[in-house]
Amino acid sequence: MTPGQAEVVVDIGPAGEPSRSEMVPPGEFEISRPPSSQEVVGDRLFRGATLAVAWFTVILVGWIVVSIGRQAMPSIHAYGLHFLQGTVWDANRARFGILPAIVGTLYSSILGLAIGTVFGLAIAIFLSEHFLSSGLEAILRSFGPLEDSWLGSLPDKIENVLKVTIELLAAIPSVVYGLWGIFVVIPFVRPPCNWLHSHLGWIPIFGTGLSGPGLMPAALVLAIMVLPTITAISRDSLVAVPAKLREAAFGMGATRWEAILAIFVPTAATGIFGALILGFGRALGETMALAMLAGNSNVISWSLFSPANTLAALLANHFPEADQIEVGALMYAALVLLAITLIVNVVGTLILQHADAGLKGIR
Amino acid sequence: MRIVRKLPLLAAVSSACLVLAILGGRLLGEPGFATAFGAEDAVTLQGTGATFPAPLYQKWFTEYNKDHPNVQINYQALGSGAGIKQFQQHLVDFGASDAAMTDEEMAPVKEGVVLLPMTAGAIVLAYNLPDVTTELKLSRQAYVGIFLGKITSWNDPTITKANPGVSLPDTKITVVSRSDGSGTTFVFTSHLSAISDEWKNGPGPGKAVNFPVGVAGKGNPGVSALIKQTPGAIGYVEYGYAVQAKMPMALLENKSGKYLKADLNSGKDALASVQLPENRRAWVTDPANSDSYPIVTYTWLLCYKKYENPKTLDALKSVIKYGLTKGQSFSADLGYIPLPGDVIDADMKALDQIS
Repeated sequence: MTPGQAEVVVDIGPAGEPSRSEMVPPGEFEISRPPSSQEVVGDRLFRGATLAVAWFTVILVGWIVVSIGRQAMPSIHAYGLHFLQGTVWDANRARFGILPAIVGTLYSSILGLAIGTVFGLAIAIFLSEHFLSSGLEAILRSFGPLEDSWLGSLPDKIENVLKVTIELLAAIPSVVYGLWGIFVVIPFVRPPCNWLHSHLGWIPIFGTGLSGPGLMPAALVLAIMVLPTITAISRDSLVAVPAKLREAAFGMGATRWEAILAIFVPTAATGIFGALILGFGRALGETMALAMLAGNSNVISWSLFSPANTLAALLANHFPEADQIEVGALMYAALVLLAITLIVNVVGTLILQHADAGLKGIR
Repeated sequence: MRIVRKLPLLAAVSSACLVLAILGGRLLGEPGFATAFGAEDAVTLQGTGATFPAPLYQKWFTEYNKDHPNVQINYQALGSGAGIKQFQQHLVDFGASDAAMTDEEMAPVKEGVVLLPMTAGAIVLAYNLPDVTTELKLSRQAYVGIFLGKITSWNDPTITKANPGVSLPDTKITVVSRSDGSGTTFVFTSHLSAISDEWKNGPGPGKAVNFPVGVAGKGNPGVSALIKQTPGAIGYVEYGYAVQAKMPMALLENKSGKYLKADLNSGKDALASVQLPENRRAWVTDPANSDSYPIVTYTWLLCYKKYENPKTLDALKSVIKYGLTKGQSFSADLGYIPLPGDVIDADMKALDQIS
């Protein structure tokens, strides 16, 4: 050690941070030293705080489950598993069953997710693989050289606008989706649905006509509601496909479609799958739009056009006027909804981990 | 960084607000200013309850406030059930409900309850049949059958029998009911139970019953929207909502076999058919007069027998008196039935029980 260095160390110790900028001229080296006691305390405090907040969330979830469970206890005792099999919700006679609501929740969510996935994934590929830019560029090029003109950046800008527009769909309140569904979607889909029913009515999924609210309009609106989630996350994971993979795919002579379908989408599959899980979670819990569109009718039917009920809609509809016994039953229903979302998330996470393990070599 | 740059502006705006607030507070302290803005002796009444009479109550409260600027009345139309619940828990100064409180419901209120019928209204069956322009008549058998799910098509003989000369389409009937618990449902199902044993032993009367068929919408507006959007739909809504939404309403067969439209006269007649008992709790489930519209109900204000604060007491009594007198003149325009004279007298007498 040179004498100069030793001098610096001695000076920094007691004076702390500010003196260092005076001692070390700009552009010079910094000297490593053990953290000061202040830094240690700050570090510990910060770590403690984050730990506390993290635990707080866990405790909060536990607390919610416990308090709902406590209120649901009387009706769990009273109705037991029959509650899950019953098909009648009759507060008047204290008969409660939520099978139609469970079926309706799963049916509408899966249907909505399926439609949302097809469109969401297609949009994500369109946006991430620069289909728009390449198409537009070809057109713009016919007007003259693109370099040095503002036109050159136009395709990217349009692509950005599209992306933001789709993300904006997430900002629309669900009651607005519900109203839009009643006044626009239902009248719009009614004629084709009834045509399907009258011509292909022997297929169970077209077994009834669509009069007004029903599963189909509910699922369509749900699909639009989960679209931003699916599109945004899928696009991000498609963009994140390593460049070396892209180059390798094209270098081996793959066409654009072969590259997308055989290389990019499978590589981004974990991210896309995560998007689906999130979208499914949103669809399961969606309340207002479904309460307005599904029909709130305790019917179990294969038909896509039949009215249905969902757990969240059931809760929203019955809470304000429920008496003590019905509140217990509603809490039980809430617990079931919570369990379904939890199962979906856990299964999703497990599948994700499994898939991630398979992809380790590529990343 | 962007936020940081806006900080001076934010600070300026907030300090301006602060100055205004302080100035406002000072001015409100001055006696002259305070009376002008009604801050002196200001009384705020809190109420929660039925959506059914809400438009009329809101009208009363705003009109009353114009004459008595020192009395502010907040009425939250959360539903009859919520009205009763919050009233029991003493969260409000008064409640409102389409279904009068039962004795069990009144029991937990220590200081006692005074039920005051404040207005009345009819419940109508609104329908959506775009090709039928004449007014549809529904017999008792027909509308019970429709809501029980036994009559499923508009050209069912039970319906066509009462409508000679009207060509009814082969459209499927979509029954629209309320998805949330409601006083409107209670009144409607009570009426169905009164006229049909099958209904009484089946779904029965209640604020939320298990309708055998159809779809359900939230609140009177939700039901109206579904009926308007669904060809072949029929549902029960409060008269005022049906008028507002310009939906056709069926003529219903009453007890004496006459088909009547819901209007002021048939409603008044129905109210007159029932004598109000001492406790002012009367159900007009099936009026017997020949010119009565069959589904009519009173709607009640729920008051405590004792109020701690004399200012609240005076204001509440004064508002109720206003509603019972001048307030009744707004009823017809908003689709409600003005109270018969003897009901108003009974209410006025009952007001003396509140102290």
